[in-house]
Amino acid sequence: MLSRTASNLYWIARYMERADTVARLLEVGSRISLLPSAQGYRSDWDSLLQATGMAHAFAQKYGQTVQRNIESFLFFDRDNPSSVASCITAARENGRIVRTALTTQVWDALNTAFQELRQLEREERSKLELSRLTDWTMRHAAMLRGAIDATLLRDDGFNFLNIGYYLERGDNTARLMDVKYYVLLPRVDYVGSGLDNYQWTTLLRAMGAQRAFHWAYGGEVTAMKIADFLIRNPQSPRSLATCTAGLMNHLGRLAKAYGRETEAQEKVRTLAAGIEAATVDAIFDEGLHEFLTRYIAEAATLANAIHASYLSGEMR
Amino acid sequence: MVMLRAVRRSETLCAGPSVCSSRAKGSAGAAVAQFNEMFQGTDVRIPYARLQDWVATMPQELRSLKQAEAEALFRRIGITFAVYGEGGDPDRLIPFDMFPRVFSGAEWGKLERGIKQRARALNAFLVDVYGRGEIIRAGRIPARLVYQNEAYEKAVAGFVPPKGVYSHIVGVDIVRTGPDEFYVLEDNCRTPSGVSYMLESREIMMRMFPDLFRENRIEPVDNYSEKLRRTLASVAPSKCKGEPTVVILTPGHFNSAYYEHSLLADLMGVELVEGQDLFVEGEYVWMRTTEGPQRVDVIYRRIDDAFLDPLCFRPDSMLGIPGLMDVYRSGGVSICSAPGAGVADDKAIYTYVPDMIRFYLGEEPILQNVPTWQCGRDEDLKHVLANLPDLVVKEVHGSGGYGMLVGPKSSRDEIERFRLKLAEDPSNYIAQPTLALSTVPTFVEEGVAPRHVDLRPYCLVGERIELVPGGLTRVALQEGSLVVNSSQGGGVKDTWVLAE
Repeated sequence: MLSRTASNLYWIARYMERADTVARLLEVGSRISLLPSAQGYRSDWDSLLQATGMAHAFAQKYGQTVQRNIESFLFFDRDNPSSVASCITAARENGRIVRTALTTQVWDALNTAFQELRQLEREERSKLELSRLTDWTMRHAAMLRGAIDATLLRDDGFNFLNIGYYLERGDNTARLMDVKYYVLLPRVDYVGSGLDNYQWTTLLRAMGAQRAFHWAYGGEVTAMKIADFLIRNPQSPRSLATCTAGLMNHLGRLAKAYGRETEAQEKVRTLAAGIEAATVDAIFDEGLHEFLTRYIAEAATLANAIHASYLSGEMR
Repeated sequence: MVMLRAVRRSETLCAGPSVCSSRAKGSAGAAVAQFNEMFQGTDVRIPYARLQDWVATMPQELRSLKQAEAEALFRRIGITFAVYGEGGDPDRLIPFDMFPRVFSGAEWGKLERGIKQRARALNAFLVDVYGRGEIIRAGRIPARLVYQNEAYEKAVAGFVPPKGVYSHIVGVDIVRTGPDEFYVLEDNCRTPSGVSYMLESREIMMRMFPDLFRENRIEPVDNYSEKLRRTLASVAPSKCKGEPTVVILTPGHFNSAYYEHSLLADLMGVELVEGQDLFVEGEYVWMRTTEGPQRVDVIYRRIDDAFLDPLCFRPDSMLGIPGLMDVYRSGGVSICSAPGAGVADDKAIYTYVPDMIRFYLGEEPILQNVPTWQCGRDEDLKHVLANLPDLVVKEVHGSGGYGMLVGPKSSRDEIERFRLKLAEDPSNYIAQPTLALSTVPTFVEEGVAPRHVDLRPYCLVGERIELVPGGLTRVALQEGSLVVNSSQGGGVKDTWVLAE
């Protein structure tokens, strides 16, 4: 397969998953900001931007962290490469280029999202509830995912799509969890308080995992349990364990199909082993933020290895 | 019931595909009756015999239904683009007319012989002018027209591409003025587009009207992609052992013909690449794949010469592959059409194609050129100046209908002003008579009416010369209009060749 085609498929998945996460972030942010907090709601939005690495770009363009600005920035703003609008447009553009590598259903899912987005952009902002925007985004991300699973040939292109999905999802889960770190940073004595738990629950809710969590764990919501659920539990669809297992699987299939391993397979094994070995105690000993930061960096190295081995066409 | 009748109008028509837009006022000029390809008087010509019943018995509702269906099919396929590089909205849909254009086997036989003859001569000419230049030494074509031509690539002088083929896909634009009168309007030796319309129009017609295909014995065109693949593979460079790897090189998805590029890649089962997907290393061209570099033997390029290799042509080209021309000249890769092929389809060279046929093949041309006067020649210029109101005068290098005079449609003032321009630089102009283009019945608002058409068949030149029986028929949908360009209300039709 042409490296560029593989790259287009990989980025379709990454962009769509990113749009989904940004919508979830918006939801977490708006919920957290409804709470009374020590610093007022503005600092919560700040921490959210901080966690996503977009704080600087936002401050440059908007300055004030008021909700409307955040919505503009995270949903509509084409200058922000990670906004929902930018991501969906980029995903669709990548799809258009490799149109013949996609099924009609997959193309339809991408194209419909894009066409509806253009309609949303024409609507009056005051008529657009935030919840409508976030629901809409998550629905279209799910539709694309469904179309891919239901109709696409299980060839190397399918593996590249999935590698994009798992890589992006793992990164996003880590970042969403890290929002908590930024929110709580100023006051260590909040840990374990009612407010603390409420914020954790909000996080679960944003990941669509609140009920799943209760089924899996039951009882009190504690930071330890949630960390276990989102990092180590292979049943959780967004956990780091699930994402690394997915990456292992699809990179393994590529190695088998092409008859050779690359540094990407080596890197993913290290990454997965790290997750496997980490107990919750060890994670909290290291510090959750430190652990997540390390994961994000290692996943980025893996992404570079995937790029060098497959997507750049430089592999010899 | 739909009434089908032969409409006779006397009007003056001109030759260029992008020339005049409405019927002439019949002022000056020889008014010639146009040839209706279906009717001769009230008689139906034989190739169209079965279509008369078909259209006469088609209820109005069915017609609207089918037309809507055809449009939906085109949209779903995503076939939206501008033919002939006319620009405009890349997502634009070109109108499709369901009334087919039909040739008898005998008519096609003559066209086929004429087109193949032309394709052979054009390629012989290209090999010659990049070689010894015999035709110029023999005084048949002025050296200036060739060597000073913008399309002449000095970079490939002395190089003979595999099998001596420069132009692998020759698109010959043809108009008809009578039962046996076919004229070549122009040759396209570089990368003629529009073949996806030939393929998709047929797909859609077969899907919508299977009965028509049972009743008429229509030659298939869907083997075009297979023939194209074989043609491209047959000109693999000598360094290539084994099955050659063929790719299509596209400028990218913003190009108006991107759909066509991806369709052909899909149908041939070859990769559709952009410049960035290819690189030169050692003596070869490679494509970047997920399994590492893979050697490329034949590049069917759909980008212009100037963009092929920034080291050899335009240094600012982002579309090309640095070093490609070195590999090409050392026989490491084939490029189709070969760089430099454009010198054969220039408007000034066009007038010499009949001479080429006589010179290289020792044959008489089967298809005629539209009579053309070279204003650079004194006796021609005299004739042109004396007959300006009847002629179409074009700039040699102009395109898109700019800088031209359409005599029968121009006011006395315009003609006089043009006369001055012409006198200033006569060799920059050619002149042609206005032609009465043939018509084919076409579905219009009120029923069925004749509309003007042209034809572009696609001749494949490799180890063998092949022509799929069919082509792109463009139709001017406006009443009386001769403009078949899609940007100005032109549409397309399925083109049938009946089996003998």
